[in-house]
Amino acid sequence: MSSTARKKRQSYAARNRPGRKRANRLVRIRDLEFSHEGRFGDAATLFKGVNLDVYRGQVVAILGPSGTGKTTLLKLIGGQLSPAQGSIEVDGEALSMLKRKGLYQLRKRIGMLFQSGALLTDMTVFENVAFPVREHTDLPEVMIQDLVRMKLEAVGLRGAESLLPAELSGGMARRVALARAIALDPMMVLYDEPFTGQDPISMGVLIKLIRELNRTLRLTSVVVSHDVQETLSIADYVYLLAEGEVIGKGTPDQIRHAKSPRVQQFLRGEPDGPVPFHYPAEDFATQLLGGIE
Amino acid sequence: MISLLHHWLLQLFSIFRRLGRGQLFLIHLLGGVGVILLRFRLVIQQLYAIGVHSLLIVIVAGLFVGMVLGLQGYNTLVDFGAEESLGVLVALSLVRELGPVVAALLYAGRAGSALTAEIGLMKATEQLSGMEMMAVDPVHRIITPRFLAGFLSLPLLTAIFTVLGVFGGYFVAVPLLGVDDGAFWSQMQARVDFYDDIQSGVIKSVVFGFVVTWIALFEGYDATPTSEGVSRSTTRTVVHASLAVLGLDFILTALMFGA
Repeated sequence: MSSTARKKRQSYAARNRPGRKRANRLVRIRDLEFSHEGRFGDAATLFKGVNLDVYRGQVVAILGPSGTGKTTLLKLIGGQLSPAQGSIEVDGEALSMLKRKGLYQLRKRIGMLFQSGALLTDMTVFENVAFPVREHTDLPEVMIQDLVRMKLEAVGLRGAESLLPAELSGGMARRVALARAIALDPMMVLYDEPFTGQDPISMGVLIKLIRELNRTLRLTSVVVSHDVQETLSIADYVYLLAEGEVIGKGTPDQIRHAKSPRVQQFLRGEPDGPVPFHYPAEDFATQLLGGIE
Repeated sequence: MISLLHHWLLQLFSIFRRLGRGQLFLIHLLGGVGVILLRFRLVIQQLYAIGVHSLLIVIVAGLFVGMVLGLQGYNTLVDFGAEESLGVLVALSLVRELGPVVAALLYAGRAGSALTAEIGLMKATEQLSGMEMMAVDPVHRIITPRFLAGFLSLPLLTAIFTVLGVFGGYFVAVPLLGVDDGAFWSQMQARVDFYDDIQSGVIKSVVFGFVVTWIALFEGYDATPTSEGVSRSTTRTVVHASLAVLGLDFILTALMFGA
């Protein structure tokens, strides 16, 4: 990255530092509690009192081990799930107060990149990107074509417009999904595990795209991931989730130098530590000897 | 004993909960009918996928059912010297009962299972969630056109099944068994009533189209988003839709022809 670009990025992030302005806050989560209903009707607590803020123009990373509810958090921000306790505000609107119509109006301003891409399998790449535009606008066909090709050009896949999703590699599918997510020029894009299963080149392309699109389109990005180094390289602010709570937060540098053993265990990828390797169970020896008189 | 009772109560509660979800789903999808009728192209696409792709099985089944009816009917009627009434027997059997019921069972097996699998897989691959996040209601955009197409397709498929069944019966009766051509058609024309017979068949096929398509779409939408979940839902569609058709057929027949 050139020094000018770095300065621009730093100044942009500085303008949006947490605590600067309430109006600058795009997502505000307070005292979030959420439980999943298990197979046998039992409830598994996923979040217990999570607080989180996302400021406009930032790339905010939400890191954490698998199963900590990172994807669920994105679904809560998108209003696809409702919290048991606490409040979620997006662009100043409390999601719990919104009816379906209001929620859909809000979602028009939010793009989401699903882990699987979630492309419509019976439509070509072009039709997939055109889908939200056709659904929400009355633009003439010529304009839709230009718009879709601009978005596909931005992710480097203009030449693949006539392919079906089944003909795309995993990385290409995610880039098409990204083009679709930005088709309506949203204020915020939610990325669900964008780097999972990507080869180094595809990963590099996605990292560059997320950062560049955030800057050029003046987006706000929330990236959920467990790929530590890749995510820290593009994030302005990081939240680290584990065991239902935020165990660390700060700029990437602050996170790298955090003293918390739980944060360090995750960053270094250590299999055992404060976050245990073993799923809770009764004592192994007792269980093995349980059947012996 | 108490745990068994508790288990049964939970099962009962689960059934009522599913029934409730099914009703809410129906209300939700019917809420999109007005919008989708203005975008009728979406319904036409599904009419092709659901109706046209079911044509082959309906045509072949209709022909063979009519031929079997012709053979069996002839063997019975010839003992009474009434083989010239074979046209009436074939036509009434098909128009009143076999046409609507067999076409609906074939539709549940062919198109119903396909609808459940398609919707279930769309759910499993997050396509429906993706639409929700694009502020597009997946029930209105995906389910309602399929519902309308299924609802329109089954009466048409039933009509095709019945007509081909009559021709199958004719083919066996007249050229093969030597029943008089004029008697076959004239007795049929005299005894098959438009209001009593044809209209009742049409009403049945409309009701079956509504119920089978509703069950198929709900099972897909309510499927557990895993390969096993989609497979179980697809099986449930065929079983529940078939039982619903047979049960409703009895109720409708009792209402229209009973007492």
